[in-house]
Amino acid sequence: MPLNLLQKLEILADAAKYDASCVSSGGEKRRAGEGIGSVTEQGICHAFTPDGRCVSLLKILLTNFCMYDCVYCVSRRSSNVPRARFSVDEVVKLTLDLYRRNCIEGLFLSSGIARSADETMADLVRVAKTLREEHAFRGYIHLKTIPGASPELLNEAGLYADRLSMNVELPAEAALEQLAPEKSATEIKRGLARTRAQIEASAEPSRAGRARPPRFAPAGQSTQMVVGADSSCDRDILRASADLYASYALQRVYYSAFSPTGHPSPSLPDKATPLLREHRLYQCDWLLRFYGFSLPEVEEAMPGGMLDLSVDPKLAWALTHREAFPVDVNRASREMLLRVPGLGTRAVDRIIAARPHAPLRLPELARLTGSLKRIRPFIVTPDWRPTALLDGQRLKQRLVPKPQQLSLGL
Amino acid sequence: MLSVPLPEDCSAEDFREAARRCLAANLSPQQVMFACGDRPSLFEETGLEVEPARLNVPRSFVTLVSKVVCHSAEDRFALLYRLLWRLRGGERGLLESPADPDAMRAALYAKAVDKDVYRMHAYVRFAEREVDGKKLFVAWHEPQHRVLRLAAPFFVDRFSNMDWLIATPVGTAAWREGVLSFGPPAARPLRQGDEVLDELWKAYYRTTFNPARLRVKAMVAQMPKRHWATMPETSLIPEMVHAAGGRVDAMQERPPDTPPRFAAAVAARIAEPPRQPEEAAPLDAIAREVQACRLCPLHGPATQPVLGEGPPHASIMFVGEQPGDQEDLAGKPFVGPAGQVFDRALAEAGIARQKAYVTNAVKHFKFEPRGKRRVHMKPSAGEVTKCRFWLEREIAAVRPKLIVALGATAMLGLTGRTVAVTKERGRVLPFQGCSILVTVHPSYLLRLPDADLAALEYRRFVEDLRVAQPWCEAA
Repeated sequence: MPLNLLQKLEILADAAKYDASCVSSGGEKRRAGEGIGSVTEQGICHAFTPDGRCVSLLKILLTNFCMYDCVYCVSRRSSNVPRARFSVDEVVKLTLDLYRRNCIEGLFLSSGIARSADETMADLVRVAKTLREEHAFRGYIHLKTIPGASPELLNEAGLYADRLSMNVELPAEAALEQLAPEKSATEIKRGLARTRAQIEASAEPSRAGRARPPRFAPAGQSTQMVVGADSSCDRDILRASADLYASYALQRVYYSAFSPTGHPSPSLPDKATPLLREHRLYQCDWLLRFYGFSLPEVEEAMPGGMLDLSVDPKLAWALTHREAFPVDVNRASREMLLRVPGLGTRAVDRIIAARPHAPLRLPELARLTGSLKRIRPFIVTPDWRPTALLDGQRLKQRLVPKPQQLSLGL
Repeated sequence: MLSVPLPEDCSAEDFREAARRCLAANLSPQQVMFACGDRPSLFEETGLEVEPARLNVPRSFVTLVSKVVCHSAEDRFALLYRLLWRLRGGERGLLESPADPDAMRAALYAKAVDKDVYRMHAYVRFAEREVDGKKLFVAWHEPQHRVLRLAAPFFVDRFSNMDWLIATPVGTAAWREGVLSFGPPAARPLRQGDEVLDELWKAYYRTTFNPARLRVKAMVAQMPKRHWATMPETSLIPEMVHAAGGRVDAMQERPPDTPPRFAAAVAARIAEPPRQPEEAAPLDAIAREVQACRLCPLHGPATQPVLGEGPPHASIMFVGEQPGDQEDLAGKPFVGPAGQVFDRALAEAGIARQKAYVTNAVKHFKFEPRGKRRVHMKPSAGEVTKCRFWLEREIAAVRPKLIVALGATAMLGLTGRTVAVTKERGRVLPFQGCSILVTVHPSYLLRLPDADLAALEYRRFVEDLRVAQPWCEAA
């Protein structure tokens, strides 16, 4: 019996849920005009599921039939999941129906590779094109691009999508060869390179006598790697992502902790990767991109190549660099303030904006930062000096939260 | 103490008007009390006939007022008037001062209102109705503050081609035939079914949840329970949470899958080696084989190997150092900034680039990541030596009459020895059955900080290339 729309949705949303990225931010601002839909700068999370994740886009596969046998993937050909395929019109209608009810910001569309990379990519492009051209849909579209698809299809995808992404899948090429034998790291990198080149070409200022190049993926591109399916350590992962950020103008590298799919492959670890490992990697990613840390500095905090799960990496760095503290909140540079554990970029900006108006004491600082508990040992204000605290042997114990049972109750 | 009545649904304009009159009457914050309600205007009641005061306030205060008046706290107007009074008293920088409790409280109120607006944008759920033969999308939402007016423009921008109505306990906003209107509070409508919300949306919400990542606290922090009553999908949460542990256990215990029937057939189909086209030239074989090169670790971070380009039997071959950022992306040699200098100099020397074979000593880009950029790194002698494998095969295939080495790395790759380029440049020497000429690498010209020196060096580079020009003619 053929599957109905609801059954297809259940199969194809289930297959897509392992992709971590669901954001709708970073696009160009748009309004509906004569059509339907808009894009805001920050994007919106329309709901949160009990895994704490934001539901922003309708994240589905076009089909979960796949020729490839990537062992970490629930849709690999040797997995015994139910299979389904949406038609282009079904995806278009589903997207518009949910969009009109204000459930989503738009569509995140990926696919198994059913016949060939080109045919699959062409189907994905057709969905985006239909939404944009036949229904004047102006909401957010994130398309996955398929490694090995032709440059022409990639170029077309960028005209309709806000964001493109192609997953590097694993941090090490050797692991990719082993776990995803049909995929080629070079094909994937070529795809990322092509998208970067197109994004840059469309961003070039128009020159006299030349038509402005059409906009291309205004929200940029991103990629994802699975953490914990191979033996790469955190240092390998962060080095790989530093290379990726430098090479392909990526908005984000997503880390997805390997988690059981219910369709295990014998060649995979039988345990899920701790979510905390994924979280620590994101923290490092942030330190590298927004806090002025260098890769060697972050690496100091991971003896043996692995991040300490019990301490966040910024605190770990501070604990081994006590000579850099305490920091005088009223005089220190932005760079130094960003190194204080517990101070985020926004709090630092607020401190810098507030300093000219009044000297900051602890009460003011509490208003600007929310909480002083973590900050205190590392700062100096006119009414506070942490000498004993900072030198104390028990500083780490004071600051590291005791392990807690994750709360399951509501 | 004077009581200043404000309309129930007091807008920023209403408050501004009242506050200006109070300022004109020179009423201090201690002398006035603002209260919402449908009472006659203060100034009629008190007979206080004054023109509103004109006052310049910082732009940030105007924004602050527009948000804080929407807050549900009783003291919002008193707080704003106090700030206004102090601004008029000349307290500059008041709003930015973290030491000031009034300014901080107002900032907190504004932030709470912003958040409530965002949550309205996020958590309104429209249900489709048919009213008078036309589609109408209706929603019931319960905001914490009076944010309907602030939140409505978002829905206009997004759903301008639908008719919709958002009802809340403090008023309604409606968009019909291109006109936005606000009305009095409405009673909560009876919940009627909407197939998309009740079936498809709930199914999606349930399915996109990964039970192996249960983090209930994180969900509740982002999506407070007070909004759940108006979001149909939240009725599923207790069961989703309750069943998560069991689902994970069941997944753990499941034995490995037996592959479906089609798997073997697909595997056999894609395992067939792709038919190799008859290789017309040895260069095509080299180009294919170099893709899988693992002779040194440079292939890891680089995008792809960049092999030479040009006629298969060019009489002149140029050898550079290694591909750069642009070459790595494009997979073609000398297309970046140095390539442009090279092209210009070649043209001036009378050599057509398409008649020459252009390649590099090292085939992969060596770089160091620096944030969003890649910084070129000089290949080590070991990497250059390993990569001679490919360069020698290219030379053997093309059999040029003259090889032009651009820089010391090219010389190292070609001859296996280090030479002083500046001493040996511009002279043609015999080399393994052909001739060799060495000159600088065009990127050297780009690095010279002094414009005069750069111009001089460019001339010398062109002169060196002129020495090579007759070999090109011979082709």
